[in-house]
Amino acid sequence: MQQVLNGLVVGSMYALIALGYTMVYGILQIINFAHGEVMMIGAMVTISAINLLIGAGVHLPGPLMLICGLIIALPITMALGWLIERIAYRPLRHAPRLAPLITAIGISIFLQQVAVLIWKSNPRSFPDILSHEPIDVMGASVTGVQIAIILLALVIMLGLLLLVEKTKLGRAMRAVAMNPPVANLMGVNANRVISLTFVLGSALAAVAGVMWAANYGLANPTMGFTPGLKAFTAAVLGGIGNLGGAVVGGLLLGLIESLGTGYLVPSEYRDVFAFLALVLVLILRPSGLMGERVAERA
Amino acid sequence: MNKTRVLMLATALVLAACSKQGANNATPTIKIGHVAPITGDQGHLGKDNENGAQLAIEELNAQGVMIGGKKVTFELIKEDDQHDPKQAPIVAQRFVDAQVAGVIGHLNSGTTIPASSIYHAAGIPQISPSATNPVYTHQGFNTAFRVIANDIAQGAALGKFVASQLKQGRVAIIDDQSAYGKGLADEFEKAAKANGIEIIAREAGDDKTTDFSAILTKIKALKPDMIFYGGMDAQAGPLASQMKKLGITARIIGGDGFQTPEFIKLAGDNAEGQYASQPGSAKDKMPGYAEFDKKYRARFNLEIQNYAPFTYDAVQVMVAAMKKADSTEPAKYLPLLPATDYNGVTGNIKFDANGDLQNGAVTVYQVVNGQWQSVATIAAAAPSP
Repeated sequence: MQQVLNGLVVGSMYALIALGYTMVYGILQIINFAHGEVMMIGAMVTISAINLLIGAGVHLPGPLMLICGLIIALPITMALGWLIERIAYRPLRHAPRLAPLITAIGISIFLQQVAVLIWKSNPRSFPDILSHEPIDVMGASVTGVQIAIILLALVIMLGLLLLVEKTKLGRAMRAVAMNPPVANLMGVNANRVISLTFVLGSALAAVAGVMWAANYGLANPTMGFTPGLKAFTAAVLGGIGNLGGAVVGGLLLGLIESLGTGYLVPSEYRDVFAFLALVLVLILRPSGLMGERVAERA
Repeated sequence: MNKTRVLMLATALVLAACSKQGANNATPTIKIGHVAPITGDQGHLGKDNENGAQLAIEELNAQGVMIGGKKVTFELIKEDDQHDPKQAPIVAQRFVDAQVAGVIGHLNSGTTIPASSIYHAAGIPQISPSATNPVYTHQGFNTAFRVIANDIAQGAALGKFVASQLKQGRVAIIDDQSAYGKGLADEFEKAAKANGIEIIAREAGDDKTTDFSAILTKIKALKPDMIFYGGMDAQAGPLASQMKKLGITARIIGGDGFQTPEFIKLAGDNAEGQYASQPGSAKDKMPGYAEFDKKYRARFNLEIQNYAPFTYDAVQVMVAAMKKADSTEPAKYLPLLPATDYNGVTGNIKFDANGDLQNGAVTVYQVVNGQWQSVATIAAAAPSP
């Protein structure tokens, strides 16, 4: 039971990050490898913001402080997402697909080093504002933060699905995903839709980063790399481009990791096990577990 | 073809210019290399090492060291290996190419060992302030030295401490699969078993792991009295917090990798009561520690993390050998290094036949009221073969 919970918590965080990957991929068919770094910036800014608030003598209940920190961090990461798209991807929209992949890696290294310059390279501890007292659930212990992570991942996924399926913006997104030039001809401002997708994806990354930092109690400039890679794996596992798939893939990956290391293989093989699952899925179902026809990606 | 030739010619010219400059220099500048992870999650430790070496170099230059009848100036060439075993040999080669007189470093065992063969091939003396894996000095290299007790001594001391002073019988071991973490865990396991402790689990993450929940859940079911962690503070901090979240009350014990202020910062309240050892005497019993601490704070306005006194001593030991040889050439002063007998900040430094520190003590610390406090100093076991 405890291992299942562990898996769900880690998996939900993977899912939150994977949603960002998958949204961008769904629309542009590019993989935004800087996503993990946006997550890191989100976490670092939130930590700085909360420390600033505490320094200024603001004392609110923990969760409220967290939300205040997020409110400061969100616009910054959203602006960052917008900038990344503008600088690194838009000029290369018609270039071969390898080019944006390389700029993505470039941006990710750049952001990491900028973070080292601003926050130094040692890990920052998350301000001690949230209760880490374990709550007993059917013989397994979880913390409030961990429950919030699981709920948040589900709520955000549902919210995104509603956005894509029911709103005007969602329809525009789907149109751009199908065929950008035609969508443009039909009066959809494709550039604006793509920018918005990046902004939204970055906001999700920031939320994921904050939850990650709150759960593990620390953040550092290189924290984005491994979760980024894992979330990418989760997105592919679930079928990249598919929102539900990202969540399913994330949860599955988390469960595979924790149950695998808990019961099947020695803990050194955790990553081997996770990526083995990816290889198997790719061999048996190349489009991922929930991969659909290209036209329905959103 | 033409381009290649031009390039080769240019390279040859530059090389010629370099060697000429070296020969004609009137007030010779002696380059000493320092390497540690300056960026990444061990950057705080690496910078600490670098500052220790920098302080020694600045003091030596201020005092004015005469070698070969001339006053020499020392220059610290700083490199970053990112605690990456793949990066270490590249940095080592850069030092060799830069013709440094000696190298202080690396910080980690995982980087020190692969780099040591390059220094050995070039005949450049290497003194590591903090690499504790036994392998480093046991490869038969006459260029490899360290000014810290190795993990055979540290593992043995920890095993003895857990068995005889804490009287704990069931211990689970986790390591980070690095040369240091795994090496120390292996030595601890040997010593613990020899002292009658039962090792109930042997698990591992890596040196970037932040999530230990799966491993800890597995261990919790085995009801350990204690958990041994072989690794660094960036992992030990979250490990301590996650133990609390899972309701594990066993204490953590480990080596010098997380006996740092950073560990307490990262683990917060969960650091309280945890144990970690540090090769060397207790800081308050190190002969020159108080004075060094004052100098360090005045110069860098920072708290000492861990090994700065050791890098400081390493530089002093190297320069002392140069003075005795009256030469900064590696070939001339290297033979005098094994005969070192130097009273440094960290204590008396003498090397054994392998280049290991003789009579290195190991001190166990515990976090009490958010501060590391020394609990016991254990004399090192007889040096191993």
